[in-house]
Amino acid sequence: MDNILECRNLVKLFPNCMALNGVDLEIPKGRIIGLLGPNGSGKSTLMKLANGLLTPTQGEILINGKAPGVESKKVVSYLPERTYLTEWMTVQDMTDLFADFYADFNKEKAFGMFKRLAINPKLRIKTMSKGTKEKVQLILVMSREAELYLLDEPIGGVDPAARDFILDTIIGNYNENATVLISTHLISDVEKVLDDVIFINQGGIVLKASVDDIREKQDKSVDALFREVFKC
Amino acid sequence: MGWDLKSDRPIYAQLIEQIELMIVSGMYPPGSKLPSVRDLASDASVNPNTMQRALSQLETDGLLFAQRTSGRFVTEDVSKIMETKRNLAVEQVNEFLEKMSRLGYDRKQTVDLLQSTEEES
Repeated sequence: MDNILECRNLVKLFPNCMALNGVDLEIPKGRIIGLLGPNGSGKSTLMKLANGLLTPTQGEILINGKAPGVESKKVVSYLPERTYLTEWMTVQDMTDLFADFYADFNKEKAFGMFKRLAINPKLRIKTMSKGTKEKVQLILVMSREAELYLLDEPIGGVDPAARDFILDTIIGNYNENATVLISTHLISDVEKVLDDVIFINQGGIVLKASVDDIREKQDKSVDALFREVFKC
Repeated sequence: MGWDLKSDRPIYAQLIEQIELMIVSGMYPPGSKLPSVRDLASDASVNPNTMQRALSQLETDGLLFAQRTSGRFVTEDVSKIMETKRNLAVEQVNEFLEKMSRLGYDRKQTVDLLQSTEEES
């Protein structure tokens, strides 16, 4: 089994809105992939389907060859677009909760990262700024030894220095069995760390290529190509 | 030495150039061991697969060699390193000449200017 994620003719229909329109996609193991598209193109919908938070209207989505469910949740680590931390808990409490919940959670890794970002584990979540909450959430998600990381806008709300730290974490965490799927608008920040990019628009895949292929054939950065393809 | 990556050219090609530069400049002397792919990738903030691709290419070119369990090393063949150094220098000169010709300098004027500039400084 070489693909961690597969979509076959995946359709998701919302009332008056075709969020995904017959997506066929194969995502292999051991890659760092950017899921890029304008607002409302279906990026978050795809991630939610992969987590079983939504069910397909038609077609199927498979994690390790199986539909999303209990088994897939053991190997998928998901960072949603909004944080879901429990406000009255401390960072320590949240970490303990994650460690209880997920067999693949690595506490040492989590506390190492909290320390590097100067986040005090004794602080309550509700006392934190929006950006700090996002950092805590991301650290918890990245501290699992998962096979597939689905990161929905991981760097949107944090400062540029923390952005670099997050990208370093993603690179440092890399192993050949784990795939990372990152959705973002901040293409120029992430393109150096990506193997491949997927352009998605109006619920369909527009382009799937490696970053170096794009630079070689088009003589421009992924960021520049994106601006051209999705010119308003 | 820092890594300087431009956004409009393939990353692996730029990594190859910069590692070549590190080798010819003596930062990694002949026969010395290179850091691991992971460390190099993390240092340059690039994808480990891309770094791997650059290192494989340098291996094919003969500038690096891999030893099964102990990692990657710089070649001990000094003539190979000198050849790479010369190629890099020729590239720089060509680029310079190209820019000068765009400014309207022909070869002779360029050489004259080069000499007089050096005498002044």
